[in-house]
Amino acid sequence: MSDTVTGGDTVSRMPKFLRRADPAVATAFACIIALLIFGSLYSSSFLSPEYLLQQLKVASFLGVIATGMMLVILLGQIDLSVPWTVATGAMMASAAAAFGPMGVALAIPFGIFCGMMIGLVNGIGVAYLRIPSMIITLATNAVAQGLMVVYTGGFSPQDSASEAMRYLATGSLVPGVPNAVIVWALIGAGTVFLLTRTTFGRSIYAIGNRERAAYLSGVDTRRIVMITFAIAGGLSAFGGVLLAGYASKAAQSMGDAYLLPAIAAVVLGGTSILGGRGSYLGTVAGVILITLLQSILSVMQMPEAGRQIIYGVVIVVMLLLYGRAPASR
Amino acid sequence: MSEWRYWFAEQKGTLLALGIFLVMFIIYTSNHPAGFTANVVQTASNKGVLLAFVAMAQTLVVITAGIDLSVGMIFLLTNCLASWLVVGGPVETTLGVIAVLLVGVLCGALNGAIVIYGRLQPIVATIATGAMYFGIALLLRPFPGGSVNEDLADALTGRLFGVIPASLVTLLATVLIIWVPFSRSVYGRAAYAAGSSEVAAYMSGVPIKRGKFLAYVLAGLLASFGGLFLTFFTYTGEAAYASGNAYTLFSIAAVVLGGVSLFGGRGSVIGAIFGAFAFRTIGDLLFVFDLDPLWQPLFQGVVLLLAVSLGAFALFRVKNRLEWFG
Repeated sequence: MSDTVTGGDTVSRMPKFLRRADPAVATAFACIIALLIFGSLYSSSFLSPEYLLQQLKVASFLGVIATGMMLVILLGQIDLSVPWTVATGAMMASAAAAFGPMGVALAIPFGIFCGMMIGLVNGIGVAYLRIPSMIITLATNAVAQGLMVVYTGGFSPQDSASEAMRYLATGSLVPGVPNAVIVWALIGAGTVFLLTRTTFGRSIYAIGNRERAAYLSGVDTRRIVMITFAIAGGLSAFGGVLLAGYASKAAQSMGDAYLLPAIAAVVLGGTSILGGRGSYLGTVAGVILITLLQSILSVMQMPEAGRQIIYGVVIVVMLLLYGRAPASR
Repeated sequence: MSEWRYWFAEQKGTLLALGIFLVMFIIYTSNHPAGFTANVVQTASNKGVLLAFVAMAQTLVVITAGIDLSVGMIFLLTNCLASWLVVGGPVETTLGVIAVLLVGVLCGALNGAIVIYGRLQPIVATIATGAMYFGIALLLRPFPGGSVNEDLADALTGRLFGVIPASLVTLLATVLIIWVPFSRSVYGRAAYAAGSSEVAAYMSGVPIKRGKFLAYVLAGLLASFGGLFLTFFTYTGEAAYASGNAYTLFSIAAVVLGGVSLFGGRGSVIGAIFGAFAFRTIGDLLFVFDLDPLWQPLFQGVVLLLAVSLGAFALFRVKNRLEWFG
């Protein structure tokens, strides 16, 4: 471990903002820059503002979903119910939009509400029934899928997204800046505030580090775990609502493509999968990294098979670079 | 007498799974229009054996306190590979089967190497390797198709002496050849010990790393058995993302039903096999009661939710509240 000493020396000579940066977050941002350079070599339009804004817009859907995932991972748990929570949010919001003006107005809140209900079941299971989160969230995912299959009859629903949903996902309030990016920025700001400035947020970190210690310090850990899962469910469903607005309708299995990227984005951003450690900035970096990677692969016209392989390899390699558990002995 | 008590305590989960399966199967066959015939049993066992192989694979990893979210994808990959390789004459077919099983072993070894020697969390590592395996499967079979040596396929999915389903016999043989030696070997005990308490196992000089690695490798092998059998049933290979995911999910459900502790160190492959059969039978109950197949996913989901919630009853026995937070 001789390099820690020399590493400490270099670190102390660096400016303050660099010294405080998490190496994982720095690596993730370095990879983003490398990807941008690589992409610009491939196609000259890669660095144009329009293209980058378009990428940010696509990233914001994943960003909203990954935010919820990050909160849960900070607890030391995982939420595998993302696929059908996303689909449920999208389908229920579109379904509500078909029920007259009242339904149109309530479409977005209703979609988020359904997601929060799924999250609440997860939360009760994990916090009060002490079921491993991996299991209960798989089970609620299956139940949500079952409910949606019964509701839609196994086909993609015919209801289309409401105007407000489309506006949120595709419109732009400030000229040039897509609304979806603003939504993500707002949610991100809220999350940073929640995590760093509130007791609730600090308790999330505390529980992720050691739930027993947090409980003995007087934190009602079970309530906080339950609420966090509900928030995560709501955020997944909100991601689904945005996606439905983007595609102007909901689809079966529309959420399948978001589970792995969401986990990957959070973990690549330096959040420990064991909980208790991680910053929102890292998640932002992870989300942008994943989106850029996907985009470059599709610009290169890589078939789906190749994309999946590269995806898996990149995640494993990056985690081997900085996500390894300490040697136990 | 007291030895029996220990044996019973050890096998409680397995016996419970056997009980659930028997009750479900009796309800199933007694309401089946054809009744308890060799044909019904053959179909049921063929469907059950597929999941049983994947559940066995999952069990080996879960025993080490890990989880393998890529089993479904190894299953798909070996299915797609078998639809290319397991064709032609006896020699070619044999070589094909060996190649398919080898690929399964390789997949398992990759998982094991990344988790154990790379020190990554099993959840994330196997989700990522699962994506790779699915990508390779898709590369092999962009569209469903292919073929298989139908003589071998029919022999292994048919009936022996007109009564006993051949797939059940294969499953039994797999248990005898793989599980029994493994669980009695030093490495098998090491896998259990590592799942129960890795620190204690390390302090006792148990070869944890090799034990865990062997568990992952054998899991890959068992998943490839499942993939081979899927090819024998369907005669084709198909890289369907949803089906791979479903098998991973169902394998976890079967493991839980089979009394294997997800915290590691407790349970057996036999329990998981009965768990798999029970889960399959529960899913098929809807058909014999003539309900709309649309309700099947919901029904299976609710059963799964209830099954995993059963574990919560252990909370009532906790005397110290701190034990909630493990």
